[in-house]
Amino acid sequence: MRNVLPVLTVVAVIFVAWYIGAVALNATWAQDNAARAGVELSFTELVADTLSQDKPKLPAPHQVAVEIWETTVEKNITSRRSLVYHSWITMSATLLGFVLGTGLGIALAVGIVYNRTMDMSVMPWVIASQTIPILAIAPMIIVVLNAIGITGLFPKAVISMYLSFFPVVVGMVKGLRSPDRMQLDQMKTWHANGIQEFWKLRFPSSMPYLFTSLKVGMAASLVGAIVGELPTGAVAGLGARLLAGSYYGQTVQIWSALIMAAVLAACLVGIIGLAQRLVLKRMGMA
Amino acid sequence: MTTSPVISAKDLSLTFHTDDGPIHALQDITLDIEKGDFVSFIGPSGCGKTTFLRVMADLEQPTGGEITVNGVSPEEARKARAYGYVFQAAGLYPWRTIGGNIRLPLEIMGFDRAAQDERVKRVLELVELDGFEKKYPWQLSGGMQQRASIARALAFDADILLMDEPFGALDEIVRDHLNEQLLKLWKRTEKTIAFVTHSIPEAVYLSTRIVVMSPRPGRISEVIESPLPKERPLDIRDTPEFLDVAHRVREGLRAGHAYDE
Ligand SMILES: Nc1ncnc2c1ncn2[C@@H]1O[C@H](COP(=O)(O)OP(=O)(O)O)[C@@H](O)[C@H]1O
Ligand SMILES: [Mg+2]
Repeated sequence: MRNVLPVLTVVAVIFVAWYIGAVALNATWAQDNAARAGVELSFTELVADTLSQDKPKLPAPHQVAVEIWETTVEKNITSRRSLVYHSWITMSATLLGFVLGTGLGIALAVGIVYNRTMDMSVMPWVIASQTIPILAIAPMIIVVLNAIGITGLFPKAVISMYLSFFPVVVGMVKGLRSPDRMQLDQMKTWHANGIQEFWKLRFPSSMPYLFTSLKVGMAASLVGAIVGELPTGAVAGLGARLLAGSYYGQTVQIWSALIMAAVLAACLVGIIGLAQRLVLKRMGMA
Repeated sequence: MTTSPVISAKDLSLTFHTDDGPIHALQDITLDIEKGDFVSFIGPSGCGKTTFLRVMADLEQPTGGEITVNGVSPEEARKARAYGYVFQAAGLYPWRTIGGNIRLPLEIMGFDRAAQDERVKRVLELVELDGFEKKYPWQLSGGMQQRASIARALAFDADILLMDEPFGALDEIVRDHLNEQLLKLWKRTEKTIAFVTHSIPEAVYLSTRIVVMSPRPGRISEVIESPLPKERPLDIRDTPEFLDVAHRVREGLRAGHAYDE
């Protein structure tokens, strides 16, 4: 209960700022219109107009809320105009990319921890991979994969993977190296082999690091999926909604898609957080 | 046939090469530990006690001299699982129960499930922790955790027990109790025990032989044979014999140290 009040305060501040912003940004358009029509707007009329424009520069929260309501609850979820449908499209690419990225990340981390050559050589490449702007590389991935006949979900998932493996490698290298010297010596006194050492000591020890990485990786994966929908002119997905919205100046649609993406990210990351709490508590590590 | 020593070190030396120059952790150590001995190593911090124990365990490589464990090199002995090693920290895995922790080396060594169960039960009785198999480490006190770690070192029936200040982090009352238990356990199991400590009463109470070491370079300055009987109630510590041995250990420590001040 104690932390509800600060959260509510922050939310209230955001809403107030948002409304003020909407009035300020949309006022010019409202006044231009009024001038053209030769009428004078009172302050209340001005505010009312700025909060109910069709294509506002910044839509007001309630406009976005109405749009989200209409495109989720009031639409059949198989409809192309349903935001749930678009969210599902993006989420499936996100999840596939997340699974692939996590797998790749763990595999690389194991290689780095167990193989000296990989330890010396892989990390710089991993870091370099993340310094290339994803917006530059995403179209290339899509085009190359399309050229060999792979389209749809998978190319987007590859971009998600590209973004999400990074936090997993970094976190897992740290996690797999987290057992201290005594624990490793202990394994040696039992003449444990590498596989036993991995499964009985290193992997369980890395769990707190893994979950933290997974949360970051999931968020990155969602960004990847959305970015992956932009250059293809995809017809479905939250990215496609953003793109279509910006073509036609449908700011309300853009903001709805953005909010939906944020909600989706919060849910996915929240699920991992829940799993983290359960697993670490069960393992006596929380 | 005469029995050969379980651990035999001859002119053993170990020098660590660090950025600040060489550290002579061990120099010209010659010592035989016989079967069934309870040998304590005592000396000021940094005199090489841990290093010596780690050399026996093949966790550290000597730079000079020779050492055998059960007649073979420490590496072969380690691979034959000749010893159980108890570290200062219990080092139990929080995600495993006490039983699961004791099972850990048994799983690694490939004991079948039935043998694991039987051994876990047996060693838990040995350290008087029966009934705690299903508990998690955090549910146990520090002393109980350390007993569990001893049980784990005993589980695979190694003849040698190497213990590096296993009770160093515990308070004196718990330590007394564990010392008493350890002696009982040693008598019942007839293990050969090498035990590092920096407590004089602990060393005297437990040991058949006390090896006094001195630092820089790490050497053995004296080996004291204990005249105390194998049967040792806690109040033996008030007898003149006990106090005499303790006095000799103290003198040995002072002598080994004299040039230090
Ligand atoms: N891995 C190591 N590298 C460098 N120096 C070490 C290492 N291990 C121990 N030493 C040094 O060797 C000496 C003996 O250490 P140690 O055997 O731990 O002493 P003790 O257990 O008697 O306190 C100390 O001076 C210590 O700093
Ligand atoms: Mg030490």
